[in-house]
Amino acid sequence: MLFYVIRRLLYAVPITIGVTIVCFSLIHLAPGDPLSTVLPDNASPEVAAQIRAAYGFDKPLPIQYLVWLGNVAQGDFGVSVQSRRPVLGDVLPAVRNTMILAFAAVLLGFSFGILAGAVAGHVEGSLLDKAVTAFAITGVSVPHYWLGLVLVVVFAVNLGMLPAMGMGPGGQSGFTIDWAHLKHLILPAITLAVIPAGIIARSVRATVAEVRKREFVSALRAKGMPRPRIFLHVAKNAAPVVLAVSGLQFAQLLGGSILVEMVFSWPGTGFLMNSAIFTRDLPVLQGTILVLSLFFVLINLIVDVLQVVFDPRIKRA
Amino acid sequence: MAHATTDTALAGSYGAAAAAAAKTPGYWGGVWRKLRRDPVTVVCMAVVLLIVLAAIFAPFVAPNDPYATSMTRRLKPIGTDGHLLGTDELGRDMLSRLIYGGRISLFTGLTPVFLATLIGGGLGLLAGYFGGLVNTAVMRTMDVFYAFPSVLLAVAISGALGAGLLNVLIALTVVFIPPICRIAESVTTQIRTEDYVDAARATGASTPRIIGTHILPNVLGPVFIYASSLISVSIVVASGLAFLGLGVSPPQADWGLMLNTLRQAIYIAPVNAVVPGVMIFITSMCFNMMSDGLRSAMDVKD
Repeated sequence: MLFYVIRRLLYAVPITIGVTIVCFSLIHLAPGDPLSTVLPDNASPEVAAQIRAAYGFDKPLPIQYLVWLGNVAQGDFGVSVQSRRPVLGDVLPAVRNTMILAFAAVLLGFSFGILAGAVAGHVEGSLLDKAVTAFAITGVSVPHYWLGLVLVVVFAVNLGMLPAMGMGPGGQSGFTIDWAHLKHLILPAITLAVIPAGIIARSVRATVAEVRKREFVSALRAKGMPRPRIFLHVAKNAAPVVLAVSGLQFAQLLGGSILVEMVFSWPGTGFLMNSAIFTRDLPVLQGTILVLSLFFVLINLIVDVLQVVFDPRIKRA
Repeated sequence: MAHATTDTALAGSYGAAAAAAAKTPGYWGGVWRKLRRDPVTVVCMAVVLLIVLAAIFAPFVAPNDPYATSMTRRLKPIGTDGHLLGTDELGRDMLSRLIYGGRISLFTGLTPVFLATLIGGGLGLLAGYFGGLVNTAVMRTMDVFYAFPSVLLAVAISGALGAGLLNVLIALTVVFIPPICRIAESVTTQIRTEDYVDAARATGASTPRIIGTHILPNVLGPVFIYASSLISVSIVVASGLAFLGLGVSPPQADWGLMLNTLRQAIYIAPVNAVVPGVMIFITSMCFNMMSDGLRSAMDVKD
C-alpha cells in the first residue's frame, strides 16, 4: 500500500509538469504579440526590442518556459496587465471564494445525490426509483447557468426572498458565517450542486443496486439480519465507488463554477477569468488556470489514495 | 448474406435455419429495432429531428426575420399577436431567433463530438494496437489534458484564442479527445490479443487490414455510445461559452448568446430572458436520453 502511494505520488510529477507546459502554452496560443497590450502604439523598434528583452520574450520558448516555471515555483505568477498587481494576489482570494461556493455545492449536491441514489438503488424499479432517475437525468442535462437564471427570476425577481448577485451585503467579498452571507450563497450553491447531484445519484443508484444483487447480501438476509444492518454492509461495499465519483465531481466543480459565478457575479476564479479574457489579461488567465488545475491534480491524487485506504483490494496498475 | 441464400438452395434440413439467419438483420438492425420499441427514445428522436429540421429549413419555417429589430415592440410577452414567443430586447421575434439559433447551437454542439470521435478514436486505436512507445506517448499526453477540469479547459482555450465560433469548436474538440481516446485505447488493447487477431496476422493480413476489419468494428460500439453521451454535454458547454460571450458575436442568433444579451432584461421581462435556455435544456435532455436508449439497446453496461 505504501508502495502504491509512493507510485501514485511519482506519477503526479510528470502530470504536474505537463499541466504547467499547457498553461505556459496558453499565452503563446493567443493570437497576436503578447507584448501588444504592454507596448504603446507608437513605440519605436528599439524600445520594442528593449521591452521584449526585459520581459524575456526574445529568448527561445523552452528557456522562457524554464524561467517562467522557476518564477512560479517561487510564487511569482507574473504581473496583471490590467491592475499591475502581482497575479497571485488576485488569484488567491478568488480561489478562496470559489472554494466556499464549491464546498457549499458539495455539501448540498453530495448529500442529496448519495441519499437519493442509495434509496433508489434499494427500491429498484419502483416509482421512487423512476423519480430519482428522472431527477438524475435532468440534473446532468440541464444547462446550469440557465437554471441559475431561472432561480434568480423565481427567488430574487418574483419572490424577492434571496439576493440575485454578489457574495455579501453591499457587494463586499469577505465571508463570515451569518445569515446575511449565507443568503447570498444559497442560489449559486444550489445551481452548482445540480450537475454533481445528478451524476452522483445516478452512479450511487447503479452501484447500490449492483451490490444488493451479490451473494453475500442474500446470505445476510437468509440468516435473518435486520434490514438496517444489511444496509450498512451494502453501504460499505458501495463506498469506494461513491468516493471515486464524488471526488471527481468535487474536482470538476472548481472549473464548472465559472458559468455559475458569472450568473451570480460571485467574485471567484470564474469571475476573474472572465474579466481576464475580455481585457486580454493573459497572465491572470494563465495564473488562475494553473492554480485551479494544480488543485485538480491534488484532489485527484487524494481521492486515489483514499480509495486504496478504504478498499485495499484495489490494486491499480 | 450471399452464402446464406446459396445454402438455403442446396441443403434441405439445414436450409430453414440458414434462411432464418439470412432474414435476421445484423447487429445494428437489432439495435435499431430495440430503439424503435423504446417510447422515450422515440419521443426524443422526434423532438431532436423537429429541432434539426426547423434549423435546417429556418428560412421557410421562421415566421419573421430573426434580425428585424423594432424599437416599439421590445420585450413583448409570450403570446403577443404576431410574436408567438414574444420579442427580445431589440424587438426581434423570439421564435424566429430560436429557430435560426438552432443552426449555430446545434452545429457548435455536434461538430466537436464528431471531430473528437475521429481524432480521439483514431489516436486511441493506434495507441492500443501498436502499444509500447506509441501507447506511452499518446496516453500520457492524454493524461495531462485529463488533469484539467473539462469546463475550465474549454474556457481556457477559447479564452486564450479569443472569441469566435472556430475557437469554440477547437476548444471543445480538444476537451473531448482524451476521454474518447482512452476508451478506444482500452478496447483496442483488449482485442488485439484475441485469437482471431493472431489468426489474421498468421494468415498474412496487413496491419491496415487487421485494424480495419477486425479491430475497428469492435471499437466502434463503445466509442459510439460514449460519444453519443458527450453530445448533450457539448451542447450545454458550447452554449455556455456563447453565454460567456466567447462564441459567435451579436446580432447572430445563438441560444447561449441570446441568454447572454437578454440577461439585462431579467427584471423587466423575466420570462423572455430565460426562454432561450429552455431550447438548450430540451435539446440536451433529448440527446442524453437518446444516448441512454442507445446504450441499453446495445446492451453495454455502465
